[in-house]
Amino acid sequence: MSRAYVPMTPEDRATMLATIGVASADALFADIPAAARGSNLDGLPPPLSEIELVAQMEALAAANTAGGRKATFRGGGAYERFIPAVVDEIIRRGEFLTAYTPYQAEASQGTLQAAFEFQSLIAALYGCEAANAGLYDGASALAEACLMACRLTRRDRLAVADSLNPRYLAVIKTYTEPLGIGLDVMAAAPALTEEHAAFVIQSPDYYGRITLASEETATAAHAAGALLVVSADPMSLGLLRPPGELGADIVVGEGQSLGLPLSFGGPYVGLFATRMEHVRQMPGRVVGQTVDAAGRRAFVLTLQAREQHIRRERASSNICTSEQLVALAVTVYLSCLGAGGLRHLARLIYDRAHYAAAAIDALPGWELAYPEAPFFCEFVVRCPRPVAAVNERLREQGIVGGLDVSAAGEPRLLLCVTETNTRAEIDCLVAALALIGEQRRSAAPAGKQR
Amino acid sequence: MTGALPPLLSELSRPGRVGCDLPASDVPSAALAAGLERGELALPELSQLEVVRHFTNLSQLNYSIDTTFFPLGSCTMKYNPRVNEHVARLPGLGDLHPLADDADRQGALRLMHELQRYLATIAGFDAVGLAPAAGAQGELTGLLMTRAYHASRGEGEQRRRVVTPDSAHGTNPATAAMAGYTLTEVPSDGDGDVDVEQLASRLGPDVAAFMLTMPNTLGLFERRIEEIVRLVHGCGALLYLDGANMNALLGQTSPGALGFDLMHFNLHKTFSTPHGGGGPGAGPVAVVAALAEFLPGPVVAETAGGALTLVEPPRSIGALSGFHGNFGVMLRAYAFIRALGGEGLAEVSEAAVINANYLLARLRGAYDVPFPRYCMHEALLSGRGQRRHDVRTLDIAKRLLDYGYYAPTIYFPLVVEEAMLIEPTESETKEAIDAFCEAMLAIAREAEATPELLREAPQATPVSRLDEATAARRPILGWQAGG
Repeated sequence: MSRAYVPMTPEDRATMLATIGVASADALFADIPAAARGSNLDGLPPPLSEIELVAQMEALAAANTAGGRKATFRGGGAYERFIPAVVDEIIRRGEFLTAYTPYQAEASQGTLQAAFEFQSLIAALYGCEAANAGLYDGASALAEACLMACRLTRRDRLAVADSLNPRYLAVIKTYTEPLGIGLDVMAAAPALTEEHAAFVIQSPDYYGRITLASEETATAAHAAGALLVVSADPMSLGLLRPPGELGADIVVGEGQSLGLPLSFGGPYVGLFATRMEHVRQMPGRVVGQTVDAAGRRAFVLTLQAREQHIRRERASSNICTSEQLVALAVTVYLSCLGAGGLRHLARLIYDRAHYAAAAIDALPGWELAYPEAPFFCEFVVRCPRPVAAVNERLREQGIVGGLDVSAAGEPRLLLCVTETNTRAEIDCLVAALALIGEQRRSAAPAGKQR
Repeated sequence: MTGALPPLLSELSRPGRVGCDLPASDVPSAALAAGLERGELALPELSQLEVVRHFTNLSQLNYSIDTTFFPLGSCTMKYNPRVNEHVARLPGLGDLHPLADDADRQGALRLMHELQRYLATIAGFDAVGLAPAAGAQGELTGLLMTRAYHASRGEGEQRRRVVTPDSAHGTNPATAAMAGYTLTEVPSDGDGDVDVEQLASRLGPDVAAFMLTMPNTLGLFERRIEEIVRLVHGCGALLYLDGANMNALLGQTSPGALGFDLMHFNLHKTFSTPHGGGGPGAGPVAVVAALAEFLPGPVVAETAGGALTLVEPPRSIGALSGFHGNFGVMLRAYAFIRALGGEGLAEVSEAAVINANYLLARLRGAYDVPFPRYCMHEALLSGRGQRRHDVRTLDIAKRLLDYGYYAPTIYFPLVVEEAMLIEPTESETKEAIDAFCEAMLAIAREAEATPELLREAPQATPVSRLDEATAARRPILGWQAGG
């Protein structure tokens, strides 16, 4: 038994039961109906000591990868990134790790100020006036943005760009369907009507293309009385004009790019920013600046009248987390990089991605699917062979290939380049793809070539 | 105005500083179309030491489980085992891409598959979905599955209401609204149980589900659960368990044995994953066989060849997040379950319940006990007796901060005036609970003798009481120009 986690000794137990005034602990469970009483846990494995537990977890970890880091070019909403050591050192501090939602503000100023700094950083990055303290992840943040747009406009249809990450679109469907909100999935040029609460886009989109390049999109949405909702990779905004500056009303995104480990898909944090005039319709926790009784600057959870514990069935959302520890990691990450670091990193990623794209595009049998579209770190290539075969060959070379985004029977590969991919790694990828293309040509000389 | 707190990042910033050295570019610079490039980027610039010092200083302003007893009721602030932090970062687990090929993720899928089975066993149910990212999202999942279930039986249009007790967590009614339901509340009776006669009058063929927390938010086991099950099922509705308080039930009984149809777990409560100052958590759902086909995607399933893969249940309510849920949280919960085993989990609930009752026994002379019966894993007190000294529960809570303790959950549940909900968990030693009780008893004496000490508390914290009204009326949500 775990004496480490359950410290009660037999002596403690006897003394405590005597103080309570019962002969056995069973008396405390006497309200449970007899028919339902008893342990049902026989099917669970036996307890493990710490040394055995570590071995068990190491075995599971080893089953995931066959040795060492592979050069990986896979993104699609989650990205292998370099994380400064400082980030993990800070979030492992017990004072952050084992605190909870800062209901008692006087005893939680560390968490509260960190959340306030997070909000400030995200608002600045997105070019917006205000941000909340964090939502579950990028996909659910976009779904929450859709619901908020409907509340703000009192409309119940959404125009959604067809180039959204399909997993994000699926989450929007889950969140909107029970409320009777209609979805019109349309191409980037919006066919908006007076019915639509918002035009919902992603930039860079799922295929890597920068879809929000000017104020025109927002102008078109606003002309129909709709809002512009944009999901944007925050890393791209070290280089690109932010959606808030381009007229977006709600800007959301996935925080994973900013210092979070891949962790097989979570926990991540949803970024959410908007105009100050809309903050009372915003979902999620919000921290505000105020003063204490002595007039000193201090921070507190605020605008709580929107939230479930006060407003109950009229709340703006049922959410009661801010993924606080994850948001803290983002805060530390952005503090480490600063404006100069983020600009440098975004530019490095952009340059390396373009270096890779140009080299692949020059290979016989391979070409960019959207040669005219500006992109940041992801791009789609037309392949000379089915994507599964391409990835299998790359795997043999110790390379993790991209995602399959084949369309209309044409093999297409979504590739991603980040700061972890050095020029040497990219050259390896290009060489491997060249080889795959050549094998294809020699196997089927009549195939589509350039 | 500056004071006790560290400066803001924006105030520490000096142009040109950087906290992490980054590689120089090794490729040619690529062109960027005019008009796309960003102008201003107002992020602070600090040295690495400044970053470390800033956040270390901030951390020290927090109360946390690692630094003090954290008796926050309904939140199960138990010890967060450090080995779980270690194993979560193992190469192959922490750095695994969610869209890795199946061949590269068998270990992660094995962990999830086993966790599905463990949670199904603990719940006494047939199937588990791990996708929900938090308890509240688990509730939403449960109600969306409820909708899908009734719709599949041709009763989707007919069943428009969800019923909850008036003592329910605020997430229950908020979730009902998000799932498109209207809400009906049922009062509690004088003994702290659901008023079953009132419940009967509110049930009918238009009810989709009754959401019940068990033990309830008063820390009590619903003694009329068998009648509740009969009534709810009698009208064709589902009985939903808000699993926030599962720490009381582990191995003592199961929601399945009690007659519930579906539930969510809070892995960050019952299974010790760190609360992190307000997340991340995870809220897996467990359901009876009839609901399994509606689980959110993806779930882990075994293929014919014995390998594991992710699948969408046939009539899934859909996706809840970008990938498969909060794997990092699942991993820590898995490690907690493996460390304790079935027998250990039953010891957890027993110790948690003994600790809460011991605390209640020690404090019942000094504070009102609204429901004088044995509690489960948390003890409900009321500060209404202290009102005669012009002291409120809020003042008691703030005074506890001066004693170095975090405060209990206060003014919840809403149905008890001046409520204080105290949850010691299984993690605390008798000595720690005794010391907390001594502080509570001392505060009760202070309420009589020197009530101003309570009303002016806290004084020992980094800041004193805050002006919350102005914060809400004129919100300042980020750095202001000029710092």
